[in-house]
Amino acid sequence: MSDMNQAMVEKYRSNFLKEVEANVEEGTWVKMCMQCGVCSGSCPLGPHWEHPPQELFMMIRAGKREEVLSSSSMWMCTSCYNCIARCPRGLPITHIMHGLASYAKRLGLAPNRQPTKEFGQIFWDSIAKNGRVNELKIGVGLYFMNGFSQGIKNALAGRELGMAMMKSKRMNPMEYFGGHKCKDLSGIAKMLKKAEEFEAEHITKFGE
Amino acid sequence: MAKKEFYSFYPGCSSQPKASADNFLRSSNAMCDALGIKLKEIDDWNCCGASIGYAGGGEVPRLSLSARNIALSQQQNGDADIVAPCAACWIATREAQERVEHNPKVSAGINAALAEIGLKVESGKMPKARHMVEVLVEDIGLDTIAKGVTKPLEGVKIAGYVGCQTNRPFGIAGESFENPLYLDHMIEACGAQAVDKYEKKVACCSGALMFSEPEKGHALVKEIIEAAYDGGADMIVTPCQLCQMNVESYQSNINKTYGTKFNIPVVYYTQLIAVAYGKSAQEAALDGQIIRAGKLEDIANK
Amino acid sequence: MADMKIGAYICQGCGIGERLDTAQLASVAKREGKAAEAREHAFLCSAEGVKMIQDDIAAGVTHVVIAACSRRAKTEAFSFEGVAISRANLREGVIWVRPDTPEAAETTQEMADDYVRMACAEAKHMKIPSASGEQGLVRTILVVGGGISGMTAALEAAKTGYKVELVEKTGALGGVAAQMFKKYPDKAPYNVLADNTTGAMIDAVNANGNITVHLNTTVAKTEGAPGRFAVTLATESGASKEVTVGAIIQATGFTPYDITRLPELGGGKSPDVMDQLAFEQMVKANNGAIKKSDGSDAKNVVFVQCAGQRSDAEGHLPYCSGHCCMTSIKQARYVKEAGGDATVIFDDLRTPGADGEDVYRGGQEAGVTFSKGKVSAIEAAGKGLKVNYTDKILAEDTTIDADIVVLATGMVPASGPNPYLTQEIEAADKAGDTALAEKLKAEQASAPASILNLQYRQGTDVPHLKSGFTDSHFICFPYETRRTGIYTAGPVRRPMDAHQAMEDATGAALKAIQACENAALGRAAHPRSGDLSFPSFRKEGCTQCKRCTVECPFGAINEDEKGFPQYNESRCRRCGTCMGACPVRVISFENYSVETIGQQLKAVDMPDEFSEKPRLLVLACENDAYPALDMAGMTKQEYSAFARIIPVRCLGSVNTIWITDALNSGYDGVILLGCQKGDNYQCHFVKGSEMAHYRMSKIDDTLTQLNLEKERVQTYEVSIADIQRIPQIINDMEKLIGEIGMSPFKF
Repeated sequence: MSDMNQAMVEKYRSNFLKEVEANVEEGTWVKMCMQCGVCSGSCPLGPHWEHPPQELFMMIRAGKREEVLSSSSMWMCTSCYNCIARCPRGLPITHIMHGLASYAKRLGLAPNRQPTKEFGQIFWDSIAKNGRVNELKIGVGLYFMNGFSQGIKNALAGRELGMAMMKSKRMNPMEYFGGHKCKDLSGIAKMLKKAEEFEAEHITKFGE
Repeated sequence: MAKKEFYSFYPGCSSQPKASADNFLRSSNAMCDALGIKLKEIDDWNCCGASIGYAGGGEVPRLSLSARNIALSQQQNGDADIVAPCAACWIATREAQERVEHNPKVSAGINAALAEIGLKVESGKMPKARHMVEVLVEDIGLDTIAKGVTKPLEGVKIAGYVGCQTNRPFGIAGESFENPLYLDHMIEACGAQAVDKYEKKVACCSGALMFSEPEKGHALVKEIIEAAYDGGADMIVTPCQLCQMNVESYQSNINKTYGTKFNIPVVYYTQLIAVAYGKSAQEAALDGQIIRAGKLEDIANK
Repeated sequence: MADMKIGAYICQGCGIGERLDTAQLASVAKREGKAAEAREHAFLCSAEGVKMIQDDIAAGVTHVVIAACSRRAKTEAFSFEGVAISRANLREGVIWVRPDTPEAAETTQEMADDYVRMACAEAKHMKIPSASGEQGLVRTILVVGGGISGMTAALEAAKTGYKVELVEKTGALGGVAAQMFKKYPDKAPYNVLADNTTGAMIDAVNANGNITVHLNTTVAKTEGAPGRFAVTLATESGASKEVTVGAIIQATGFTPYDITRLPELGGGKSPDVMDQLAFEQMVKANNGAIKKSDGSDAKNVVFVQCAGQRSDAEGHLPYCSGHCCMTSIKQARYVKEAGGDATVIFDDLRTPGADGEDVYRGGQEAGVTFSKGKVSAIEAAGKGLKVNYTDKILAEDTTIDADIVVLATGMVPASGPNPYLTQEIEAADKAGDTALAEKLKAEQASAPASILNLQYRQGTDVPHLKSGFTDSHFICFPYETRRTGIYTAGPVRRPMDAHQAMEDATGAALKAIQACENAALGRAAHPRSGDLSFPSFRKEGCTQCKRCTVECPFGAINEDEKGFPQYNESRCRRCGTCMGACPVRVISFENYSVETIGQQLKAVDMPDEFSEKPRLLVLACENDAYPALDMAGMTKQEYSAFARIIPVRCLGSVNTIWITDALNSGYDGVILLGCQKGDNYQCHFVKGSEMAHYRMSKIDDTLTQLNLEKERVQTYEVSIADIQRIPQIINDMEKLIGEIGMSPFKF
């Protein structure tokens, strides 16, 4: 049998579906999609998805591992939960999208410089470090996400907003040198480390 | 349901002094004072991970954050309801509880992590996680709130923008996902007029993607504001900190991109109630608006 | 009827008294209607009002005229035994459709006067119907077909104490259901598979003292009518036996669509491409193991939905067979349980009902892959098969390998030959449509053997509705066929699964019992349930033209040796289509005849040509058009004061003499309101509306002879929901008369 035929045999043999079920948050729901498309029609960023959720579900069943995990689609999720509210089958679509994005990132398959991916990491790092989000540092981090010169441009563009926020006492420049944080930072670090270890231990190996 | 003796308060990152929802925090304090709601803040609470945390942390680390808050609340405030004013904090806490209850593997992971700091969460034994709005609607009642109004917000027309996460996936009990009415009722309880059939009532403001995908975010907010103007609104009111920030603060950017002339105030329900209960403009944190709500300030200053 | 005595009773309630001069109505009834008594009452349907009428009946009134509300209202209050009753509709038909203004008062009163005249004229020509006593009560039912439908019908009928003769042409009961490996449970939870319980049902049938099972038996001859069918049963050995039954249930099931007609899908080309029944038999034979034709284990099974069905292609089935999606999901689960992979390729997955949704979820939970797509070809590839298809979600052409492919082909009803074929061929020949004639002849040549061998003027079997299914109308009259007292149940009636077939059979059993009981009392079956009137004909006037025997939609009329019509009371549904058909007008019912309608329309006061008061005759079908007119009244839709509405049993009962009489009497326009005709007919009597349209298409000659415009006679198909449209039709006619002028035939 040629390689091509071998690939055909593998297709629809549910291997990727099994992987998603084992490793992706709420992944066991993927098989329950009935392809009605209500999720896609309900998504505020619907037109920006290369593959809308119901198509991603079908691709998972069809074994399109690379295409799914390297897609920018699930990074378009705004977490508005409209798809969850409307899904006639009760699939936790928002969570599955988050799970797919997170899993793709873990495997290093997520698109490079995907802005939401980058921003999410900055956000997470801030939490991991301080226990609470440092809005100013996140903002600055965001501006410089795509390099220094782009960051300057972004910062200038956002200057007006920053000034307005400060004027309305909703942003404190001193935040940058400290700011809100938890007291038990070492405890939080220990907790997160353990949680990450647990998760790494429970990933099932697939493919390769 | 009657008002509880006190609530275990989980303000969340944005509702800290001089954070982006500083005006929420101040007006909320004024409102709670007026309504006799007593809050005991959870000591050393941490961020919930919000809706964007998934990109950095996996399921177990992210949910461990909320589990820590739940465990701390229980340790400090016993069975008292955890009350969050922020939709993201509220649903993250509830989701963590749901996973602990229904997903043994995730529950084991969370507890393994919590064990590192001597805490634990147990299925069926966690305090209830509630939204501040639930306290107003369910424990106090909008009728009761209406009765205590001393300065009705007469002549103000307001678009009640509920947004996403206060409404979905859990929502306020008894309300529909497509057309929840409590915010309109709250506006009316304060003596103002609610925009009827506000088309973008439960539309998405783009949430955290406003930061990573600003053009897409602006396009969504533009429609939310346009619909409010179409309904003849003087201002928009929202229960959500991120909605408030996204809808209020990008209006000048949107005006630049689309040639619009948006300049509509976006306030919190807590500010409406504070003013209607006779609190001063400063107590109601009206000075915290980027676009000042003149009509509210006039009433507060009367 | 020497001692006929008419009593007219005029109600003043519901506003009639305020709007109309009831004293004048009483006087019209007496002077013109020849009523012996004419009484007004403030509240006629009250106990007191009803007693007044009863007292008069006791004192000798034989014909009662109720001038009050519609004949469809207060039917219980105005139900009197042993007298003829006519109704003048003053409420829904007069005051509620006319404005309460001084200008309208005169024409409104004239309307009411006419309806009283008409009701008196009708009463005068009515006789009191009584049952003929043609048949007694036979509490035995014949069930043809021993599958799950037939067995269910037999068991349900037996439960009520009826005897059942159960005829099965093969050597065993159980039919297709008995060949199933597993089935879906008949109660929640539905998402699990259950053991096949057909065996237990067979045992229950065999053990039931009320059921006589005839295996290897067919029906050689069926004569008679409901309540007295004489059926000859023939066994394979050549022996025959006569049984008398009150009603018949035909539950002959289906055959799977012939897979060899789908060569592009590999049908008939590979033994590993099979239909659902063959797959089921294979799994059952292997007790759950999935084996290829060469005996090896099959790992990958692909199910292709809608194979040769829901398709416009020549020779394919145009309909959905209803069960196949559920069946494929069940069979895919056999594959999963055996450790294989199963993919269902569907276009629209149809799993109806709450249980259907559970079944679908059950399949998904079990890990069956569902893919929306369209299969283009199935071909051999090495030792296996290759399915080429377009994935409609991913919008790409793709291929999937399979060890076995199951084609979800549809159900072909196992009905008898179309009894009207000969008639249709004659018509096609007559019309010179040779192509159609050839097609029909080919169909006749390959027609299956008769199942019931009915000795009916109109052929040997139950007529088909569409695609060979024997239904009569799936919404209005489930189980009913166009042969009274003969019911069909299960997939011979429409495609369905086993659960639906069992429900169907239960319904059919109850209808069959009802038919027996009605026949014994001389009462009509639906839709005129309980009607005792029955058509009779004057033999001396009959020209043996056969029109009545041909046109009866229910095959109720046979011919005797001399060619005279031979009525079978209990086959008749009392629609009057024969009465409408009869060119010499010798057919009538006791209480519904050429005279009862003809005299009504002649009783109307006809103003002269220069009065500007035209008269419009409306003949309205009592099943849909007349209730719609009543509802128009209830919702206060106004229509012309010049309309005079007469309800008819069916537009099929309208005899053209009424139209001729109306035009001769000076009516300016005639409107016929019947039900939808054609393939998707809504006529309660199947062909009545169609017959009327056909007959009215011939009325133009009459109009030409009279030198009248042909727009003066119009025929409409309406529905019961047309409560705005029908008044509009009437008003448009009034307007039209205004334009073309009054009829010159006024005296």
